[in-house]
Amino acid sequence: MVLGAILKRKLALLGLIIIAVFATAAILAPWLAPYDPTVSPGDFAAPPSATFWLGTDLLGRDFLSRLIHGARATLIIGVVANGIAVAIGTFIGVTAGYLRGRVGSILMRFTDLMMAFPALLLAILLAALLKPSIWIVVMVIAMVSWVQLARVVYAETVSLAEREYVVAVRAIGASTPRILFRHILPHLIPTLIVWGTLGIATTSLFEATLSFLGIGVQPPTPSWGNMVNENQTYFESAPWLVFIPGAAIGLLALSFNLIGDALRDILDPTLRGRH
Amino acid sequence: MAGYLIRRIIQALMTLIGISLITFLILFMLPADPARQVAGRTASAEQVEQVRQQMGLDLPLWQQYGRYLGKLATGDLGRSYEQRTQVSELIAARLPATLWLMLAAIACELIIGLSVGAIAAFRRNTQADRLVMFGAFAFVSTPQFLLGYTLLYVFAFWLGWFPIGGYGSFSHVVLPALTLGLLGGGWYARMMRSSVIEVLRQDFVRTARAKGLSRARIIFVHIVPNAILPIIAMIGIDIGIFMSGIVVVESVFGWPGIGQLTWQAIQKVDFPIIMGVTLVSACAIVLGNLLADLAAPLIDPRIRLK
Repeated sequence: MVLGAILKRKLALLGLIIIAVFATAAILAPWLAPYDPTVSPGDFAAPPSATFWLGTDLLGRDFLSRLIHGARATLIIGVVANGIAVAIGTFIGVTAGYLRGRVGSILMRFTDLMMAFPALLLAILLAALLKPSIWIVVMVIAMVSWVQLARVVYAETVSLAEREYVVAVRAIGASTPRILFRHILPHLIPTLIVWGTLGIATTSLFEATLSFLGIGVQPPTPSWGNMVNENQTYFESAPWLVFIPGAAIGLLALSFNLIGDALRDILDPTLRGRH
Repeated sequence: MAGYLIRRIIQALMTLIGISLITFLILFMLPADPARQVAGRTASAEQVEQVRQQMGLDLPLWQQYGRYLGKLATGDLGRSYEQRTQVSELIAARLPATLWLMLAAIACELIIGLSVGAIAAFRRNTQADRLVMFGAFAFVSTPQFLLGYTLLYVFAFWLGWFPIGGYGSFSHVVLPALTLGLLGGGWYARMMRSSVIEVLRQDFVRTARAKGLSRARIIFVHIVPNAILPIIAMIGIDIGIFMSGIVVVESVFGWPGIGQLTWQAIQKVDFPIIMGVTLVSACAIVLGNLLADLAAPLIDPRIRLK
């Protein structure tokens, strides 16, 4: 039903197609890429040609192959980091919202505190501290990306926990895990789906920014962010080396944003008619 | 009103203390031994031990935290590993450039975001509205360095209208401010649009129309000021997002501000600088939120009652 509704919206459908293309490239990278992304078969910064469709980068590596392989790191980090962030945010939001009291207020004060930190700087600090590998980058991004979701989930859990049906099941003597998993979490699913989708746009941009600054994915492993970093010194003569991976990141983020926005319209009936 | 003021200020102070606690704990995770850093590579084990005692690094944790807080309170952010100068001096030297860029960028994003958002709201569900909202979405999804390099390439390198990076005259600030302004403007446009639509539903708008007021008067006196109110609070929160953008944009445009200082510190793994910038911007965010909260009741008297 939800998928059908997405397919009816042109922009969301476009987003879905773009993501499908990128995901296919990421999964089939070793078979799709014409060259090994880490060896240098050509001249440096050669313009696009029949042998190298997108030209070569500053180290003479085939740019198309790097772009296809770069989809892997970018997508894996975006999706996994966001998944962890959603899990942390949900856990903290539900716990604080259901328990309230001292535990709840400590958790929410901590959340407020995290909101006051500039996320990128905190991530820079952690990434510089922890010697980046792909999984460290994932953890760092997850650690700074759960905050807003935790606030949203908290607010929803508080209002759900006060509903009469929850009071009723509690009165019957249902256990806390049963109330949480049967009666509260299912109602949070639409919110989690929407935020989970929009969140991938944010975490992918985050990866790109960290890699662009040189503390994300480390070369020679390509990611779209570090490809921009590697090639920016030459951007006046070979602008495509900066613009193509940059545009790929932008398209990816836009696609997830478009789908998330469509999902919000579809799943949240309270918003209907407001737009 | 006084109660509200005091409550908000106490809250802000608590947040600052929390921030100092977290950065203090991060200091402990640092791979480098601070006593060794100060004593130098050639120092003997005893000398390092002596420095450790002088610096109070052998004290219990809570006492060290007390000393750390005391230092922060006097503006001491430690010394840069690389440049051997006080971090606070380095930041202070770079602050004017960053403030200048920030001010220009905030002006840009408000002018772009608020006007575009309002226009979309007045023409909602038309082709123009959909186009504008798609554009806003596209800018929100654009990596900062991509927009920065695009503007740089088109307007500086290709057309030659603006200098290719650097700092100085007014024309230097246009492209970096526009980069931050367009990206943030997309965000404000979406908020402004829903805010105006919300106000359009209010009874007082219908009354104003029924009274036969001119369209311009309804829009500029009754709708826009009310729609901007909820957005003022966002500017405070926005400072945090801005600090992230500034690191990238300053490195793209070679703007000699705090962002570039951070970028250089990242390349040299100069922790005290990264730490200092994090602390200073966290304080700026807390202060920005506090100011926004304090300004809100002055602009909207209804908030005073809460």
